Amino acid sequence: MSNILLAGFGGQGILFAGKQIVLAGMRQDKYVSWLPSYGPEMRGGTCNCSVIVEDEPIGSPLVTTPDVLLAFNAPSFDKFESTVVKGGMLFTDSSLVNKKGTREDISYFYIPATELANENGLTGMANVIMLGYIVKKTGLFDEEYFKESLNAGIPAHKAHLAEVNKKALEIGFGYEG
Amino acid sequence: MGEKMLMKGNEVIGEAAIRSGCRYFFGYPITPQTELSEYLAKKMPKVGGLCLQAESEVSAINMVLGCTASGERAFTSSSSPGISLKSEGVSYIIGSDLPCVIVNVQRGGPGLGGIQPAQSDYLQATKALGHGDQHFIVLAPAYVQEIATLMGEAFDLADIYRTPVMLLADGALGQMMEPVDFESKKERVLPEKTWAACGHGNKREHNIVNSLYISPEVLEQTVLDRYERYKMIEENEVQYDEYMTEDAEICIVAYGITARIAKTAVKAAREKGIKAGLFRPITLWPYPKKELAALADKVSKFLVVEMNMGQMVDDVKVATDCRRPVEFFGRTGGVIPTPNEILAKIEEMNGGAK
Amino acid sequence: MVVFDKPKALTDVPFHYCPGCTHGIVHRLVAEVIDEMGIEGETVGIASVGCSVFSYNYFSCDMIQAPHGRAPAVATGVKRSHPDNFVFTYQGDGDLAAIGTAETVHVGARGENITVIFINNCIYGMTGGQMAPTTLLGQVTTTSPYGRKKEIQGNPIKVCEMVSTLDGTAYAERVAVDCVKNVRAAKKAIRKAFEVQKNKQGFSLVEVLSTCPTNWGLAPEQALEWLRENMMSHYPLGVYKDITKEAKDNE
Repeated sequence: MSNILLAGFGGQGILFAGKQIVLAGMRQDKYVSWLPSYGPEMRGGTCNCSVIVEDEPIGSPLVTTPDVLLAFNAPSFDKFESTVVKGGMLFTDSSLVNKKGTREDISYFYIPATELANENGLTGMANVIMLGYIVKKTGLFDEEYFKESLNAGIPAHKAHLAEVNKKALEIGFGYEG
Repeated sequence: MGEKMLMKGNEVIGEAAIRSGCRYFFGYPITPQTELSEYLAKKMPKVGGLCLQAESEVSAINMVLGCTASGERAFTSSSSPGISLKSEGVSYIIGSDLPCVIVNVQRGGPGLGGIQPAQSDYLQATKALGHGDQHFIVLAPAYVQEIATLMGEAFDLADIYRTPVMLLADGALGQMMEPVDFESKKERVLPEKTWAACGHGNKREHNIVNSLYISPEVLEQTVLDRYERYKMIEENEVQYDEYMTEDAEICIVAYGITARIAKTAVKAAREKGIKAGLFRPITLWPYPKKELAALADKVSKFLVVEMNMGQMVDDVKVATDCRRPVEFFGRTGGVIPTPNEILAKIEEMNGGAK
Repeated sequence: MVVFDKPKALTDVPFHYCPGCTHGIVHRLVAEVIDEMGIEGETVGIASVGCSVFSYNYFSCDMIQAPHGRAPAVATGVKRSHPDNFVFTYQGDGDLAAIGTAETVHVGARGENITVIFINNCIYGMTGGQMAPTTLLGQVTTTSPYGRKKEIQGNPIKVCEMVSTLDGTAYAERVAVDCVKNVRAAKKAIRKAFEVQKNKQGFSLVEVLSTCPTNWGLAPEQALEWLRENMMSHYPLGVYKDITKEAKDNE
């Protein structure tokens, strides 16, 4: 489970989420890479990010057949569902994507991340809730380790974010859909 | 080993330049390398350097010309369309025997093309960026870590051989993040820049930095002298990498980002029992001719893989004297080939999927 | 007793310029200013493309030859890395006001602390008498054989007026080298421009109305007459911008 594709709208925090996975991998001395889609649509357009965490040097940094897919909006769900490898995992935000998967050879994970964020005073942090859910379900990283890793990157003048991050991650860790 | 940092390729170019002692960057924004200018705009003032946004690519390369002519390390960066604009300045820099570093984070072309990764400036970079008899060193990193290493090398090579050095990357390498360690680089003895036009201080004859030689005989001799230096570069500075070539029957030749994608395909082919290998030129000029020629004794076929229409194919044919068939697989226009596509081609060359 | 000697800032290499060409005068004026200010050792000159390309052989200071039109960009690269050096470019009208217009405008906009010596003779000299951006309306050249018409070849560019609109321009003056009085004024202007650079006040440009007897098809003296009669009305002499004076006036 090392080829991860995160896809959604610009502004949803897709690139940030990908970076957190890569940082956590790097701090465990794994080989990691992070490749964003880039283009003129900085906000609101489609946005995706290939993330790889490996035990050996990484070949192609482009994830075309993900082990793990995060489809953070409906267009991404439609576009990438079929690319997930057999036995792979597809995560989606059920508050934004009103769909159920149809493939029988992959597992689907639905979490109303955006709704959960809004209900808990964490508007804009659905991506971190989603991260918590993905980390828990994939077992990519130990939960406590990932929490520490996420907070390690927070600069001193934004220390208040640590508490909020922790809260969002824990919602993700604890969600059972 | 220092501490690993997670950085974008474009930012690593900037950081490595600063760590190489370069304090002058002149550029003009263009996707997909703009993060480099932005990084340097933040960092250069903090190290007493300068990041100046020029009015055009043309001006930027000429600011580099002036800066390096006065004896300072300087560099510029752009992506494909902007590199075309710099070609005039690069030719003058070569003609004036000046060191400098030029970065090309390639995108699809021709024309305005696209903004996605490509390698379609291979011929432009390795054969003739500007007018006149010329070469310059072209370095093609495949990993973000390698950007750091080669960028540091680039300034030294430029100073030693008094030539431009191009770091030829692509949009994917520029945009992607990988851990990087700014390790200490090879120590080289650098010549003193006695030719610099920075004011003679009434202590020496005046220096003239110039590319004009009105007498054909004098110009010819100048070019011949320069080609003697090129010969030294070809003898001493070739860099390449090999993967599973010892017993390979099908040998992929690929550079930059494409090489690492091909590596994934080679691994997959080996799992299927196909004896595939990878030869990766790191210096595209000087080209690893001798090493490829030696490989031609061992392998039965070559497969060139690039993100263009096959611009390196002739170089492989010439290097191997056409002793083995050279086939090609590529995607262009900004499309990145997948390992599976390359594997399919390897299987086809191996007599079809088994 | 020698009363008239070669300035130290000129080398012993004989000029290649045509008889009657005024490049020689302007070279001498620049060299005299360098001598008088005692700055040869700290000066870097930028030669441009055109008749004056060989000026790198004539000035004794360090010299760099720039691509066509790019002298201001090259000067920027030198000056930014060596802010205490004196940096000047020596450019003709084709170089400065056609192929190098963007570079000219932007050194002014940035207020680069360099000095541009701009030779305006309304024609391309080196390539043999083609139309320049400063060629006057009606003027016959090899590429405006029926006289320059604004409907076809457009209008001549007034460089001093143009660069004076730029906030980074500290000093811009148009002079001529057609007679002793004007030659003296030209030297004063060049000295002033270098002083502005010395005081780090910004961009300075001296436009010198010059002759090209060969390509104008006139004898040297007639050429001087032609300059006075035709060029001076379209390109009036005078100071177009002087922030040192403005500062004084505001005191």
